[in-house]
Amino acid sequence: MSSWELSDDHEIFRRVVRDFAESEIAPHAAQWDRDHHFPVDVARAMGDLGLFGLVFPERWGGGGGDFASLCVAIEEIGRVDQSMGITLSAGVGLGANPIHQFGSEDQQDRWLPDLVAGRSLGAFGLTEPDAGSDAGATRTRAHLVGDEWVIDGSKAFITNCGTEITSIITVTARTDDGISAFVVPAGTPGLVVEPPYRKLGWHASDTHGLLLDGCRVPTTNLLGKPGHGLRNFLSILDDGRIAISALALGCARACLEHAVDYAKQRNAFGGPIGRFQGLAFQLSDLAVAIENAHNLTYKAAWLKDQGRPIGQAAAMAKLYSTETAVTATRVATQVFGGAGFIEETPIVRFYRDAKILEIGEGTSEIQRLVLARGLGLPVG
Amino acid sequence: MNVVVCVKQIPDPAAPPSLDPGTNNLIRAGKLILDDSDAYGVEMALQLVDKAGEGEVTLVSMTPNGETSGLRTALAMGAAKAILISDDSLAGTDALGTAKVLAAAIKRAEPDLILAATESTDGYTGTTPVQIAEILGLPSVTFAKKVEIDGGSLKVERQTEAGYDEVESPLPALVTVTAGVVEPRYPSFKGIMAAKSKPVETLTIADLGIDAGQVGAIGARQEITDVSASEERASGEIVVDEGDAHQRVIQFLEQLKVL
Ligand SMILES: Cc1cc2nc3c(=O)[nH]c(=O)nc-3n(C[C@@H](O)[C@H](O)[C@H](O)COP(=O)(O)OP(=O)(O)OC[C@H]3O[C@@H](n4cnc5c(N)ncnc54)[C@H](O)[C@@H]3O)c2cc1C
Ligand SMILES: Cc1cc2nc3c(=O)[nH]c(=O)nc-3n(C[C@H](O)[C@H](O)[C@H](O)COP(=O)(O)OP(=O)(O)OC[C@H]3O[C@@H](n4cnc5c(N)ncnc54)[C@H](O)[C@@H]3O)c2cc1C
Repeated sequence: MSSWELSDDHEIFRRVVRDFAESEIAPHAAQWDRDHHFPVDVARAMGDLGLFGLVFPERWGGGGGDFASLCVAIEEIGRVDQSMGITLSAGVGLGANPIHQFGSEDQQDRWLPDLVAGRSLGAFGLTEPDAGSDAGATRTRAHLVGDEWVIDGSKAFITNCGTEITSIITVTARTDDGISAFVVPAGTPGLVVEPPYRKLGWHASDTHGLLLDGCRVPTTNLLGKPGHGLRNFLSILDDGRIAISALALGCARACLEHAVDYAKQRNAFGGPIGRFQGLAFQLSDLAVAIENAHNLTYKAAWLKDQGRPIGQAAAMAKLYSTETAVTATRVATQVFGGAGFIEETPIVRFYRDAKILEIGEGTSEIQRLVLARGLGLPVG
Repeated sequence: MNVVVCVKQIPDPAAPPSLDPGTNNLIRAGKLILDDSDAYGVEMALQLVDKAGEGEVTLVSMTPNGETSGLRTALAMGAAKAILISDDSLAGTDALGTAKVLAAAIKRAEPDLILAATESTDGYTGTTPVQIAEILGLPSVTFAKKVEIDGGSLKVERQTEAGYDEVESPLPALVTVTAGVVEPRYPSFKGIMAAKSKPVETLTIADLGIDAGQVGAIGARQEITDVSASEERASGEIVVDEGDAHQRVIQFLEQLKVL
């Protein structure tokens, strides 16, 4: 496409994903949320649809599509279930993408086909109990013993790392050259997947802490150049930010749709509550914010597809869309009144799910930091 | 094994439809999508061709404004090519006129089997497919809930009120399928991309050798004389169990003559 406007193909694809999301995910999302259940079959079905492989070359079974298509898919899945939306976003962006971007041909041939097909899921462990926004403070260490790397340390809040189809976890660890990255296959001795967290939201998404206790991987599992681990992963995160922006857009859209429907049906003082300007205008403002979030998201995706720099655009999109999503859940809850506080309405789930969007893959503060630096300001 | 599937492209049922106040016809402006009812025929055809190990699935559609989005969806599912008949003189064509046009197009494809839905989602007269069969002089089997091809002959389980009929027919033949026949696949991303380069042949009625007087509002023998709103669905009856609920449910079912 010659502009960042979505094409007819994107719209046809959106229809297919929406159809899938509404038939295969929406009817069960509340239940999975309640049971904290990760639906592995649905992840596989998303794989059959080609969602995990959208942006990867056909050589490994991918669809050879553009990044905008991936954003469409994440937005549509996220519109009915944020947990499955992040499963997709993390599976592609944090699981498969590092292998595709930085892997050797052997590593790509070994792991990509299953990741791309959605037969397996990959995870990415950057965050540690004492190193999140400040990823440079990574304490996990790796040292070479013979022809093996021995990794010791711990990781926190790692998405998709403990599912029954998790195949690999890429972790960053300190080496003599700085911070490097290693591919740790699931089940490697010394890799301990801790019990799942009790989270505020994203209940159907898989998140665990990890312990690496003398965990040994062959030297061939070093991913990318030694000492380039952090640099590489910060670049991966730029893509991830656009994807999270799309996920937030799906959340905001769902809230607006539900709230508008409810405002038309629910009566108070002799008519629908949507006739009160106090509510109606909040929804008008939300519609504007969603349009902006859409534009920022797909503009950033387009820049990426054009091979242009995306750092600033990705930060803007992530910052704006995720804050819009949080606002949208607050407004929608208000429109639903008491019902908005009760688990039977989907709004409650979105309300709990939205907050993490302002935190994961770089907090709002970190996005503002990136933008302030872009303005040439002397911030830290 | 070459299969033609009739696919109707219709206005999105999710968007509220509107009727032309002059003719009472459905307004078909803007984007049209693949009628869900036809996704079953497409899936059935793909499975039959797959099983036969050779041949291909061709789509045939008559659509007012040259629209192809619905066809693209069916091509993305796996059909090989499409024939689209679009012509200004088709405006106002009734079911028989539609059948004449579709029959002429189907004939060009020389299929072994023709599939259509039992009825469309928007018009739902359920009359087009059998008229096509009649015009082509082919046997037709309606309401199929299972379709098999066995050594050049067709075996169909045909849904009836009481159960199903087992029907056999020689080929070529026309079959209308119900929504129970197979579970349509979702087009994959690769399918959608591949669909872009699949051929869609666009024909006018002149290309099919059909006279303009046979079709369109002039040729139509059907006229929609009146339209009225359907009755609002009465809310269901809730049976509260006071020890006799089973009897009341049985009574209710007996009233409906389903027991
Ligand atoms: C008076 C009148 C005026 C009309 N005016 C117009 C008009 O101006 N423009 C217009 O587009 N339509 C018009 N129609 C609709 C007409 O063309 C329908 O396609 C036709 O009547 C089929 O009727 P149905 O939808 O009830 O199909 P059904 O008989 O219920 O269809 C059963 C199946 O046949 C196949 N089929 C039916 N129609 C088509 C098709 N068009 N292409 C491919 N497969 C098909 C599908 O598999 C479908 O599921 C008009 C209909 C009437 C009665
Ligand atoms: C459900 C979930 C899934 C996750 N999945 C993954 C995953 O798959 N892989 C992974 O590696 N990580 C993952 N994370 C971790 C996530 O990316 C981090 O939580 C996030 O980057 C913030 O790091 P932190 O928690 O250490 O917070 P901290 O960095 O300690 O931040 C605390 C507060 O300080 C603020 N702050 C920090 N530095 C600055 C500054 N310079 N200026 C202004 N404010 C600042 C932050 O914005 C925040 O408000 C996940 C987290 C959660 C909750």
